[in-house]
Amino acid sequence: MKSIFQTLPQVILAEFDSAHSLVSAAKKLREAGYTKYDSHSPFPVHGMDDAMGLKRSPLGYVVGVMGFTGMIGMIALTYWTSAVDYRFVISGKPYFSWQAFVPVIFAITVLFSALGAFFGMLAFNQLPRLFHPVFNSEKFSRVTDGGFFISVQADDPLYDRGKVISFLESIGGRNVEVVDADEK
Amino acid sequence: MNVSAKELSDSSTQREILVLGNPTFEKITEAVSRIVEGKPTRWWYALFSISVLLTIMLFANLVYLFWEGTGIWGLNNPVGWGWAIVNFVFWVGIGHAGTLISAILFLLRQRWRTSINRFAEAMTIFAVICALLFPAIHVGRVWVLYWVFPLPNQMGMWPNFRSPLLWDTFAVGTYFTCSLLFWYVGLVPDLATLRDRAKARIKKILYGLFALGWRGGNRQWRHYELSYLVLAGVSTPLVLSVHSIVSTDFATSLLPGWHTTIFPPYFVAGAIFSGFAMVMTLSLIARKVFKLEDIITTKTLERMNKIILVTGLMVGYAYSMEFFIAWYSGNDYERFAFINRAFGPYAWAYWIMVSCNVIVPQLFWFKRLRTSIPVMFIASIFVNIGMWFERFVIVVTLSRDYLPSSWDYYSPTIYDIMLLVGSFGLFFTLFLLFLRYLPMVAMSEVKGVLPQADPHYNHGEGG
Repeated sequence: MKSIFQTLPQVILAEFDSAHSLVSAAKKLREAGYTKYDSHSPFPVHGMDDAMGLKRSPLGYVVGVMGFTGMIGMIALTYWTSAVDYRFVISGKPYFSWQAFVPVIFAITVLFSALGAFFGMLAFNQLPRLFHPVFNSEKFSRVTDGGFFISVQADDPLYDRGKVISFLESIGGRNVEVVDADEK
Repeated sequence: MNVSAKELSDSSTQREILVLGNPTFEKITEAVSRIVEGKPTRWWYALFSISVLLTIMLFANLVYLFWEGTGIWGLNNPVGWGWAIVNFVFWVGIGHAGTLISAILFLLRQRWRTSINRFAEAMTIFAVICALLFPAIHVGRVWVLYWVFPLPNQMGMWPNFRSPLLWDTFAVGTYFTCSLLFWYVGLVPDLATLRDRAKARIKKILYGLFALGWRGGNRQWRHYELSYLVLAGVSTPLVLSVHSIVSTDFATSLLPGWHTTIFPPYFVAGAIFSGFAMVMTLSLIARKVFKLEDIITTKTLERMNKIILVTGLMVGYAYSMEFFIAWYSGNDYERFAFINRAFGPYAWAYWIMVSCNVIVPQLFWFKRLRTSIPVMFIASIFVNIGMWFERFVIVVTLSRDYLPSSWDYYSPTIYDIMLLVGSFGLFFTLFLLFLRYLPMVAMSEVKGVLPQADPHYNHGEGG
């Protein structure tokens, strides 16, 4: 996994008018064979995953594994503490009175699933990553306001500065801009 | 403001208009961010000063409590549980509406929730903080609080996982953590907005750190959206489980009036009822003070009032069913406990509870009343009061147990009262800080429900 300090040398940014034009632009980039590009928007745009040809996020498996680990771990803990290490008869129940342990086992299952959903999301998104070349663009700050952008990264196998610029302009991108990582 | 749903729908996408005035994305950003970026109003300073003073009073009280012990409270022998558990159940219950709005309404695709979910979630977190305070301090010897956690210790002992009081630790602890994660995940794109708008260096650094370097790329959104969905999914059972587990503190005991199977659903309905009332109170104030009438619309408030009406009816049903079962069971102790509740020494508290929780919400049958801001504000405050009294009525059932010779009347001391008032101070201090430094409306979500966010939206070109 990339560290938060490692970065890309260069990114080409183009601005689009609306969610609608962003989706069709992303589709054209995919059809042209680009792979290291992204479409940036202030909110998740419906249908963008299909346009970019992205599969469903694998986060669900992380959550499932984490939840299962929490459940097994808590069953083991309640068993070991109540039936092995510290045996006490409490209100006449068996040592391993699992029915009474269900609430805590459930709580820990949920807790681990939630932690999996949170940290799994950060890991897949490689966050926190406080620096990225796109932040060197003045206009890019509009992406968290009302702007729509496409970025093509320098590590794309088809990357050729001139071709990418003219391609982005041909699919309706405005203010096409080359952003270097070491700017400023 | 009575516009029908038909008029309120966009012709090109058939989506209901949820934000009035057809704003652009930039207007949403501006309307929400300006609250955080501008100078706070005099109202904010006034409320914040009072809240901070009350919080200081709370901490001073805690110091005295730790020094002197729980003897400073009004506890007596039959009533071994006093206001500490009343306040605990009250505050945990408040939190539930926030989770219902953020999680269950999200799964049910109730898109009107976007205008209120952020501060309903904030309310949940702060309410749970206040709630956690009371079980922590009621143990008396707070320095051995770590005994509730399964930590290896020098005594070679482990906690008793069969105890509902231990279930509470796990249920409420999980609830707090999940609510915090859910809230924070929702905040990340909006923190990025504040980061990008920030002028001062310190704000740039702080918002930048907490925004984690969010770039709004679709390769991020796709994991983000699933993460949000999963957090909503795991929070949903918590809405039902946490207060059910809290109710087992009472229901697993063998006391008449407590030992009933109706307790878990009855507590959950009451929790949602009281929480919605609190969301209503807070959103009416915030809407007025920060001029957010176009985002938190009357339509949204009316929908919340309908939920208050429905859950209020459930609570009323539970009250009557408790009485019916007490009579139907033929158990003398059970019958006595309920007759004593309604006509005994605490009849005043019982009838406050019934008036506030059952009679007041009936106003919302009428459209004119449930769309009237003053009516819903006053009604929501009555419901808050009534739901506190509900927990009080349940707890003081203890005052008349099996043996008449041990009966005693419970009344709180000044320290009990100061702790309750102080917990409100803590709650409002945290809430006002939240309003001041974080976006109180989920901007990225509100933008997502605007008609022009739909990729099929025909932007004014002959559509």
